[in-house]
Amino acid sequence: MDHLKAINQKARRIQEHVAPGVPGEVAASPVAANGDADLDVVALESSPDRSGPHIPLGCSLVFAPGWEVDSTGGTAGLCQPVERDLFDCHLACFWPAHVPDQLNHAPDWTGKCAAAQKDWRKIDLIFP
Amino acid sequence: MSTALATDTTFLAQREFHPFEAGGETFLYLVPSAAVFHLDEASLAVLRTLEAGAASENDIVAALAPRFGEDTVRRSLAELMRVQAIGLTTAPKETFPRVLPQADFPLTTMVLNVTNKCNLACTYCYEYGEDKIVDTTCDPAPNYMSEETARKSVDFMFEQSGDLPVAHLTFFGGETLLNFKVLRKTAAYARERAKELGKDVDFSLTTNGTLLRDEVIDWLADNRIGVTVSIDGPKEMQNRFRVFKNGMGSYDYAMPKIKRLLERHRTRPIGARVTLTRQTLDVSRIFHHLRNEIGFWEVGFAPVTTADGRGYAIEDTGFDRMLGQFQELAREFLDFAVEDKHHGFSNVKDTIEEIHKGVSKAFPCGAGLGLMGVATDGEVALCHRFAGSDDHSIGSVDTGLDRKRQFEFLGHHHVANKTDCSTCWARPLCAGGCYHEAHVRYGDTGVANLHYCDWIRSWTNTCLEVYGEIAVRNPGYLEQFES
Repeated sequence: MDHLKAINQKARRIQEHVAPGVPGEVAASPVAANGDADLDVVALESSPDRSGPHIPLGCSLVFAPGWEVDSTGGTAGLCQPVERDLFDCHLACFWPAHVPDQLNHAPDWTGKCAAAQKDWRKIDLIFP
Repeated sequence: MSTALATDTTFLAQREFHPFEAGGETFLYLVPSAAVFHLDEASLAVLRTLEAGAASENDIVAALAPRFGEDTVRRSLAELMRVQAIGLTTAPKETFPRVLPQADFPLTTMVLNVTNKCNLACTYCYEYGEDKIVDTTCDPAPNYMSEETARKSVDFMFEQSGDLPVAHLTFFGGETLLNFKVLRKTAAYARERAKELGKDVDFSLTTNGTLLRDEVIDWLADNRIGVTVSIDGPKEMQNRFRVFKNGMGSYDYAMPKIKRLLERHRTRPIGARVTLTRQTLDVSRIFHHLRNEIGFWEVGFAPVTTADGRGYAIEDTGFDRMLGQFQELAREFLDFAVEDKHHGFSNVKDTIEEIHKGVSKAFPCGAGLGLMGVATDGEVALCHRFAGSDDHSIGSVDTGLDRKRQFEFLGHHHVANKTDCSTCWARPLCAGGCYHEAHVRYGDTGVANLHYCDWIRSWTNTCLEVYGEIAVRNPGYLEQFES
């Protein structure tokens, strides 16, 4: 590597791992340099070269069924309790989650839920 | 995929890192890998371009090519991407993998609480003071560890040390030297066992210094026992909290003995361990007294562990003051390091060693993993600070480790569980901080120590700056940390 200089031992290990060749051998385009994995569809797939534990990656963007099953066909690797994803799903998802009417009927529905990732258990149940 | 894919639709953004400047150069501390890279002008410019938000590769190239040339910018982009300082916005956010260690993870250090009694009555003591976990006066556990329990503990230690060639045994208390008889026999037994097993064993102990008789000092020196003395500084600071039960300060009593120890015990470096409180917050004076006037090889500082609101707790402005004084000493350390001289401020040296190795912690410390504490009755605890606490027991030297409890604990305390830490750049080194501190402060070992986050980030940044400057001015100094 020509523009970054490894200073500590960890950096040297990373350098050996990512750029084992001689300096200057980096591909002309960084996107090209990082290979197929980075531009692949990111959904319930793991990159082929990524070892280690299974890490859930969230909702599927294009496949059906979506978050009902994980990449192995089971439910163990889903993106954690669905409540955690509620905010994403009802705001931005192509198939929005159905949530209570926050303007009229249940304005404080998420009042106790400051951060969905931590506080999803505090989201109230709403009955019509 | 191929390079034919339009890179104009592919946006790049900064990933997690902490930039810092030292010795006139700019460095990156990458999170969570804990790698430190030096940046040249082109890569720094690329990162600055991305400060405002994501941009396409071609936009970045267009913006910077006039200054550096297209080829340089693209290469720099590629390098930053490879070390994950920047990344595609379409790539998933890297989550910190919650990998637990293997079940037979070897024990490196065992801390043996040979007694829970003490001849001092330091006001702030976590074992006897207001924030104690175990009521040792009503507890059925013996006040002094028996020879038999100590022997079993040694066997347990060797058994748990797996294939490691060296086992570290630390004697602790209470006041460790109150049980000198058992301590001496245990060390002899451990040596014997080590020889049989073809291993080495290394000893250390912590003491308040008041019981350092000549006989004890000779034994410590002859047996190469590493010694840490708990001491708070010059007379008025030591006597403020470190008192005998009748309230008398311990400085005049302990100091002549400590001086004899430093004079006679030359086989291992001897360190001082200072507890900082609101009333004794003069780091620089304490350091120079203990290091230069008394002659300790190293001096390390830790703020007192306390629940909020205690009279000796360091308040917010105190943390700022402490930081300023730490920074002053760190600069002094830097001047020494540049000239390859030993300084003795162990807080900065320990952190620099971790930075150089690129330590990225899944757990704040080795408690319950590579380090365990054994209480006087043989119960194995997470560490010496939890010794004797039923709630924090993970086995016993009689029945062995309770692997289920150990792994429940580890699973619950992994840094990936600490939501508050997930956005902090200092988490590779801090990982939420001391379990005992969290227990005393929040009543839960699994909570991140949020009361000193700002302090930790500022201090880590200072250590990074010192590290970077050493890397620029005297890189050879860092070789001592490479094993």
